[in-house]
Amino acid sequence: MTDHAQALREFIRENFLYGKEPSFSDDDSFLDMGIIDSTGVLELVAHLEGRHGFTIEDDELVPENLDSIHNLVKFIKRKTQHLDVSA
Amino acid sequence: MCGIAGIVHFDGSDVSGRLVRRMLAPLAHRGPDEYGVHVDGPVGLGHVRLSIIDLAGGQQPMHFPERGLSVTFNGEIFNYIELRAELETKGHRFRTRSDTEVILHAYDEYGDDCVEHFNGQWAFAIHDRRRRRMFLSRDRLGVRPLFFTVAKGKFLFASEVKSLFVDPDVPREIDPIGLGQLFTFWSPLAPRTVFEGISELPPGCNLTLKDGRLRTRRYWQLRYDVDERWRPEQEWADELLELLTDAARLRLRSDVPVGAYLSGGLDSTVNAALVQQCTSAALRTFSITFDSPEFDETAYQRQVVDALGTEHQAICCTRQDIGQIFPEVIWHTEQPILRTAPAPLFLLSELVHDGGYKVVLTGEGADEMFGGYDIFKEAKVRRFWAAEPESAFRALLLGRLYPYLPNMRAQSLAYHKAFFHVRSEDLDNPMFSHLPRWEMTSRLKTFCTAELQAAMREHDVYADCLAMLPAEFAAWPPFCQSQFLETTTLLPGYILSSQGDRMAMAHGVEGRFPFLDHRVAEFAARVPPRLKMKGLCEKYILKRATRHIVPEAVARRTKQPYRAPDAESFFGPGGSASSVPEYVETLLSPRRIEEDGLFQPEAVERLVEKARRGNAIGFKDNMALVGILSTQLVVEQFVRNFTPPSDRVLDAMEQKQPVGVLGPMVDADSLTISPSTATSPEGGQW
Repeated sequence: MTDHAQALREFIRENFLYGKEPSFSDDDSFLDMGIIDSTGVLELVAHLEGRHGFTIEDDELVPENLDSIHNLVKFIKRKTQHLDVSA
Repeated sequence: MCGIAGIVHFDGSDVSGRLVRRMLAPLAHRGPDEYGVHVDGPVGLGHVRLSIIDLAGGQQPMHFPERGLSVTFNGEIFNYIELRAELETKGHRFRTRSDTEVILHAYDEYGDDCVEHFNGQWAFAIHDRRRRRMFLSRDRLGVRPLFFTVAKGKFLFASEVKSLFVDPDVPREIDPIGLGQLFTFWSPLAPRTVFEGISELPPGCNLTLKDGRLRTRRYWQLRYDVDERWRPEQEWADELLELLTDAARLRLRSDVPVGAYLSGGLDSTVNAALVQQCTSAALRTFSITFDSPEFDETAYQRQVVDALGTEHQAICCTRQDIGQIFPEVIWHTEQPILRTAPAPLFLLSELVHDGGYKVVLTGEGADEMFGGYDIFKEAKVRRFWAAEPESAFRALLLGRLYPYLPNMRAQSLAYHKAFFHVRSEDLDNPMFSHLPRWEMTSRLKTFCTAELQAAMREHDVYADCLAMLPAEFAAWPPFCQSQFLETTTLLPGYILSSQGDRMAMAHGVEGRFPFLDHRVAEFAARVPPRLKMKGLCEKYILKRATRHIVPEAVARRTKQPYRAPDAESFFGPGGSASSVPEYVETLLSPRRIEEDGLFQPEAVERLVEKARRGNAIGFKDNMALVGILSTQLVVEQFVRNFTPPSDRVLDAMEQKQPVGVLGPMVDADSLTISPSTATSPEGGQW
């Protein structure tokens, strides 16, 4: 879980903060913090799909899954568990 | 259409004719046909001319010796024929057939109020030697540019900033507040510019200089006094078509042939159709096409060309073209831009110029006047939804806002709701409609250095915007408030400037705008908002008014805003460019970014790396990349290494003896000042 959180922070730092150290907590909303704009969500989705090898369905594109480190970690865990099971 | 420049010495000492002539050199593209310099003691006026009306008699600066008046004028007074007739009945006698002379006589007759009689697009300066004053004016909506500054006891003015910078006494520095405004509103708010100490006369304003004092006075303002009396829609539509037809008819007045831009959208089609109604000759139309289907509108252009039977020419703009011409584009915009969209218009004016045309009618202004932009729709939906936040139906409308953006289509309703979330306190904010755009744009400031960000934070740019709003603003319907904001910020600061005058005049092409005829604008301001956007159907009344002259397929098509490739113009699609243009590598290199001191080298480096990998797909990344690169180009071309063309470019042009010679004349070939016998310079303080 910490690994996921660390990797996500790194991705956000690199991709949305252009190298600046993130100053948000794991529960802060990316939208509220102005970190991710409307197209940024798609970058995030492409990153998750590329890195973890799962596909994100349209109905999963909701802030409850994607809008904070905490939500993302839970979401990744759920998705990868599902992968493990199906594999 | 032309370029103007001039100098006034406050201490009454003589102006150097040589300096005025040198100020004309960087304006030569605006007026390649001939030039004129006139020095009268402490006042010097210069002019480069693109001959359009009264080819033989319209030389400038022009004089009215009996009344001690001289003028240098850029633009057109379209109703000059009617005005001249009116002035003749009042006893005025004319020497030429030009609209320039009408300005002089109208000023003589009506004083500063003369501009209220004008239907046109202008920037001019009149030297009134008897009253020892200068009178400068700019058209109502800001079609033609006019910049000025005061430096070392001198007042200088010009059509473009680069002309002012020719004088070494004028400092060339970036104004952090102007840049902060641009990184919010897409352009500085006039009178501010991105250059410290350089001002732009706001649209609809006059500027007088007398006794060493500069005074700006607004002579015109758009007022949304909506006419709510019951009236059949068709009556509104009929009146609009009549006005538009007359606006186009006046704009065809020219002694050279007139063409039209054609994007394939509704506005340019209406524009072309109106022109066709007014003339029997075949119309020449000019278009941009793109090799990328995401931006290309060829199919619609063909439909219009076939339906209207115009003689058509198009130029294909590739992303490599944009990457290549971008430095030249910025030399002309003279300010950073956040999209590359002006660049293809630079190529388009070249096509027009090469085709032997100097004048085009074009459709800008329709979206502002009749409510065509998505920002109006977005504001309407956000307000509608905020009134019933729990309504699932209202929220669904959010998904209909940006159907043409591939990245937006994939968004879920939940995200739409999050992005368009309305804070309750925003509902009463006068800037409600524009806050999402301006807040998104403001995120670019995070790329600026800590010092620059601090300087920007010290100054509240929203307060600047609020200060521009007239007292009646609060009483206008929200839709009209959005229109006012758009018409006073983006229209003059970007659409008519970076994307308008500057790109067209770069190749000596004059744009004329029937939708910006002030009678059309004032009419549109009276139209009830429900007839501008009916439901979510934008520009409803315009569509209704023009349905018999516009091909049906165009009238029915979904609106597609004009856009061009951004990051991929420099780094290739998906970061595939085999070679990134050298100037891009240089100006965005960490060393150079650090030297110039405006942006954080590390952040820019990450952004560039992201673009190289082809991952710069978001609005913010594209905007930041184009914004930072263009800012670096402004610094390079205007601050670091300003190298204006030598005034030898003028040698190839003919120097005409102006009509109505007055006072001491500069013979620009020998650059000696011949003594005046008719009048003597007054000297003394200005």
